[in-house]
Amino acid sequence: MSLKSNLHNLREKYKGKKMAPAFNALHTFLYTPNETTHSGGHIRAVDDLKRTMNTVIMALVPVLIFGIFNAGYQHYAAVDAANGIIRQASLFGNFITWENFLMGAWTVLPLVIVSYVVGLVVEFIFAVIKGHEVEEGYLVTGMLVPLIVPIDTPLWMLAVAVVFGVVIGKEVFGGTGMNILNPALTIRAFLFFAYPTWMSGDKVWVHQAVEKAGGPDAISGETILGFLAQGKGSEMTYSVSDMFFGFIPGSVGETSTLLILLGGLFLIFTKIASWRIMVSAVAGALVMGLIFNGAAELGWIAETSKFYGLMSFEFWKHLLVGGLAFGIVYMATDPVTGSQTDKGKWIYGFFIGFISVMIRVFNPAYPEGVFLAILLMNVFAPTIDHYVVRANVNKRMKRLQASADLAGGAHGKAKELKAETV
Amino acid sequence: MALLSKKDSRLILDPLADNNPITIQVLGICSALAITAELKASIVMALSVVFVLGFGNVVISLMRNIIPSKIRIIVQLVVVATLVIIVDQVLKAFAYELSKTLSVFIGLIITNCIIMGRFEAFALANGPWKSFLDGIGNSAGYGLILVIIGFFRELLGSGTLLGIKVLGDPIEKTGLYAIGYENNGFMLLSPMALIVVGIIIWVQRSRNKALIEEN
Repeated sequence: MSLKSNLHNLREKYKGKKMAPAFNALHTFLYTPNETTHSGGHIRAVDDLKRTMNTVIMALVPVLIFGIFNAGYQHYAAVDAANGIIRQASLFGNFITWENFLMGAWTVLPLVIVSYVVGLVVEFIFAVIKGHEVEEGYLVTGMLVPLIVPIDTPLWMLAVAVVFGVVIGKEVFGGTGMNILNPALTIRAFLFFAYPTWMSGDKVWVHQAVEKAGGPDAISGETILGFLAQGKGSEMTYSVSDMFFGFIPGSVGETSTLLILLGGLFLIFTKIASWRIMVSAVAGALVMGLIFNGAAELGWIAETSKFYGLMSFEFWKHLLVGGLAFGIVYMATDPVTGSQTDKGKWIYGFFIGFISVMIRVFNPAYPEGVFLAILLMNVFAPTIDHYVVRANVNKRMKRLQASADLAGGAHGKAKELKAETV
Repeated sequence: MALLSKKDSRLILDPLADNNPITIQVLGICSALAITAELKASIVMALSVVFVLGFGNVVISLMRNIIPSKIRIIVQLVVVATLVIIVDQVLKAFAYELSKTLSVFIGLIITNCIIMGRFEAFALANGPWKSFLDGIGNSAGYGLILVIIGFFRELLGSGTLLGIKVLGDPIEKTGLYAIGYENNGFMLLSPMALIVVGIIIWVQRSRNKALIEEN
């Protein structure tokens, strides 16, 4: 007997038992259950919720692996920089090394494990209490969470935030598919407001920068946005290709624009994520960036202003630094919390990009507004959809009215004609 | 022999749980969010409202037959404003620091929906003793929730209770802080107070299914 039929027999045996949802969740992770529907006609397709989630995870794996190497690389680069050695990043020279991998894996994998274990335990508990199947929503959330937090986030904080995000962000609304806010971003927002010292500043982005602060071997962990917000853009040693390939400090998974771009293309190709949201969000960010560039160029803002550094930052580079690219590709496109209508998606995406860059520039104390922009638009998504649908209904009503008038008019004319001829 | 008749004791006990002004009637939320970052402020606020509502209900109940119904809201406002000013002046005289923490929110007891609600719904139609019990019951129900919120917000947000460092010293790294614990800054923000109210409502309704409304 094959493993598959063994599992099926076990499933039959435990049917109706209290732990059945927990077992079924594991069973259907990679196998399709044997049951078939008995009523009505159904389209049989393989892309159920679980496949959808698995596809997103596949798109995230390269980012995760890069994040592991980058965590190690940034640590050693910062140590070098503290000793006066400026590193030139080269992919096979000093980036893909065992040293970087071990250091990165040692710090990143615990984040992944804590995120999954805590989140899935909460999901299993809710499934058993409520007696429904375990929903797959956490598969992606659990992978996103370690990628959007700073590398040295204490594990217990992550665990608390995950419990909060899954329970308050998702389960109280009725579980996967019913949530208003993206759970991964809810978790990040909780961390940000609860433990701000661990989520922003110039220390948390590079491994051990916090521990070593103030000591003789202190290292810097400043991000590019941090440099710019403090008006120290000229001290930065990162080139545009560093920004694009991702050899820069930042949250674990957000740095490599190239891999995020590839992941995005993969998601568009597999039709999991909406290209409309991605394109319009990029457009929104570019428009806002251009407005700021224009304002800086026209001299509306003094060079001494604290906004000048970020305002004069070339508009297209906003897409390369910070979490903007990651947010647009993996978070804004969440099918549950985003807009559902095509027109709505354009509006929704545009404002995500637009507001992200605006928050970045106007809040130098915290130069990363992507997660706030996406959460804000999550809240507005149903409203956008409502008005898009209403507009469509009104348009068709008018068309109906017009055609009725026309028909009536033609009829009247026909009558007239008839009257004349008779 | 019971001190209160069964009906009278229901006047006090009902608003504590099954008919709580905050969690069931959802009144008086503003002050529950604004001043509950510290337990002490919550307790003082709760006591102030107990005083104002208890005596306000009695006064309104005594006057209920002579208040012309056209101007009853103004009369109620005069009564509640008088009582609030008494509370405010007493606090300023004996607990100045605390009165600064509570700032406008003592004055804003006047606009607390629970007070006008009880005047309108109960005191105008019942005798002074019953009105007194109803006032005490409702304000105690309000105060109970305030104290629960204040307890969790101060404990988790600042690591203290009534100003006493129960979890150790965050700067000297003693107690829980020695093993890496940190205060949750989110607890000190009003949005978290709303979430705490939500959790209390959730717990209450899952314990008593009769409270769940039909959609």
